[in-house]
Amino acid sequence: MTLSEVTLHAPAPTGAGHFRTPSRRDDRHLLGLEGISRTELLELLEDAAREREWLRSGAPNRDDLAGCSVMLAFIEDSTRTRTSFEIAARRLGANALTFGASASSLNKGETLLDTMKLFEAMGTQLLVLRHGMSGAAGYLARRLPGVGVINAGDGMHEHPTQGLLDLLTLRDAWNGRFEDRRIAIVGDIAHSRVARSAIAGLSALGTDVTVCGPGTLMPAEVEQLGCAVAVSVDEALEGADAVMALRLQKERMEKGLLPSTAEYARVWCIDAARVARMRPEAVVLHPGPVNRGVELDPSVADSERSVILAQVQNGVAVRCTVLKRCWAAWKEAA
Amino acid sequence: MSARILFRDVRHWRTGARVTVAVENGVVVPVPAHGFEGARVFEAPDAVLAPGLVDLHVHLREPGQSAKETIASGTRAAAAGGFTAVACMPNTAPPVDTQAWVEWVLHRAEAAGHCRVHPIAAVTAGQKGEQLAPLQAMAAAGAVAFSDDGAPVADAGIMRRALEYARNTGRPIVCHEEDPSLKNDGVMNEGFTAARLGLRGIPNAAESVMCRRDADLAELTGGRVHLAHLSATQSFDALRDAKRRGLPVTGETCPHYWVLTDESVADYDTAAKMNPPLRSEADRAACIAAIVDGTIDCFVTDHAPHMADEKDRPFAEAPFGIVGLETALALTITFLVRPGHLTLARAIELWTDAPRRVFGLPEVSLEPGSPADLVLFEPDAEWTVDPSRFHSRGRNTPFAGWRLAGRVLATVMGGRITHEAAAEAGAAEPAMTAEAAR
Repeated sequence: MTLSEVTLHAPAPTGAGHFRTPSRRDDRHLLGLEGISRTELLELLEDAAREREWLRSGAPNRDDLAGCSVMLAFIEDSTRTRTSFEIAARRLGANALTFGASASSLNKGETLLDTMKLFEAMGTQLLVLRHGMSGAAGYLARRLPGVGVINAGDGMHEHPTQGLLDLLTLRDAWNGRFEDRRIAIVGDIAHSRVARSAIAGLSALGTDVTVCGPGTLMPAEVEQLGCAVAVSVDEALEGADAVMALRLQKERMEKGLLPSTAEYARVWCIDAARVARMRPEAVVLHPGPVNRGVELDPSVADSERSVILAQVQNGVAVRCTVLKRCWAAWKEAA
Repeated sequence: MSARILFRDVRHWRTGARVTVAVENGVVVPVPAHGFEGARVFEAPDAVLAPGLVDLHVHLREPGQSAKETIASGTRAAAAGGFTAVACMPNTAPPVDTQAWVEWVLHRAEAAGHCRVHPIAAVTAGQKGEQLAPLQAMAAAGAVAFSDDGAPVADAGIMRRALEYARNTGRPIVCHEEDPSLKNDGVMNEGFTAARLGLRGIPNAAESVMCRRDADLAELTGGRVHLAHLSATQSFDALRDAKRRGLPVTGETCPHYWVLTDESVADYDTAAKMNPPLRSEADRAACIAAIVDGTIDCFVTDHAPHMADEKDRPFAEAPFGIVGLETALALTITFLVRPGHLTLARAIELWTDAPRRVFGLPEVSLEPGSPADLVLFEPDAEWTVDPSRFHSRGRNTPFAGWRLAGRVLATVMGGRITHEAAAEAGAAEPAMTAEAAR
């Protein structure tokens, strides 16, 4: 935008330039599922399904990411996301290095940007970032011109590869058809990046989303995200094609948002009787790790309706797809 | 040196009539019939002459935070914005909570000489909300009001005692209304944009419940309450109700609340991070309505400079606040006067006579005998906001690149020219002459 294009009464463009996300999409990055089209999502899922077959086949590693330096910066703890990114990067022949916050200079007061600039200076081309602050991945994408940034979870904002693996799991369960389907997302919506990415992806694919949870864990004006709000779990699950239970963090009790785990379980735990309210072929998702008996009754978590382990397996496949896509865009931009 | 200044054939801010105003020895004097030797003459046919603007709510950051701003740089920015007086908040490091610090601020301001500075002193020692600060001594030293701005007095009992004690000074307590438990860890307005971005929200009620509390405490104590930087519909209602009840309660708002909404925060723009936060479109409309119906007593900027590095962080880590002194007049003209919400005279009154009344500052007019604190501006001149040219050390503005109407040509404080647009490189040359008038 040049200054001459700014008109007097059009205050839409605000901000001091570099603090904002550039409006042009840059495919070196994957910051969120919001704004990704139906066509693009379906292409990504198609590719991830192919990668899954390859991974299952036990074929040797490939060299799609030969010459690519991937930094896996997990400033917040993670098991499944970190390991599945590591596996995906190594299977595709990247030089992958994992960095955690605990023994790092971030603990000595160095800023996030300064630390990540080190990695850029050391030749990192793709940065996979897990960080506790919403917008952290987008911030680094703006401030590190030579690096492609993949968001592996930023605060309460998005977790796009989790969103993609959820979509791939539902694609299997629903025979590839996302329209005329309805999913219930149950639990701590307010603090959930998993929920935000799921809502964005599923809405783009034409699936109806109903959210449900304690009033203290519902974001303000959540319906404007494009989902319906149900008052009770029973209402949310009635006739649904899937349910996604969200993990309940212990600190929600500590902060006084809930009376107790027991009360949560009583009202919101998904048990066999509640599963029975859904359609016969409906599936149960959970991003893990599961608090058994809190979000899911053990009989449900281990039942044939549960696709929790399929989600984990799909996680490696979608991360292969995402790494390839961002690396291709990086090479093109270089 | 008896500086003489002559404003020839300029428009009177209130009447719009063509007037000539003469200044000598720091005051407005009758226009001499013959000559005015050695006078600096300002002649700008489209310019308006008004009393110097007053900003009752700025952060000059000294003592202790001179990397963000100094009293010298902040008051220079004030002069550039057309201000001849500012009241500065005590939430510095250390806080201005003793007579000595009040005197120190006044001394530094005097030395800089760009703008009158009226210190606002802390309500409680160290702004900790526990023990009353020496309000009487600080008032005697020159404090015009008291405030725990930035660290609101959470305890209603302490606020009650502060209002009772401040009553003897006749000075108001400026209340930064924020219930800490409702604000919690919030970093922006609670609503759809916060839900979408995954940022913790600050509800309107965090502000309005405290407005209601302090209005009731004003009734209980008879102490004067001035509600700072109001942003929320329910807060405007609380102020309106307090006035209807005849309570000694006044209130202020800032340009960003009538211009912007929380959508400006997307995507994670720290230049739009301030406290109270930018609210919804409905709140923005309620702000304008409260200005138009007279609920709002005066305008302020809440000028809050920060270093670029501090704002260049993930959103939740960045500090609250934006600079405002150098865009205030233009945002008022562009977004209140041009759309027809206010006449120019009323808009200027809310930056001049109105704030002087709220804090009991000496009156300023264009009549002979008045202190020569004046601003000459062109309401229709358009310019583009370029933060790199701000006089403030802070460049943190959400208005960078905006084209605005209303440009300050000259500011005069105590008969001295403290800012002059023509003196700046690249600025469009206004029609001014410097020759002696004969």
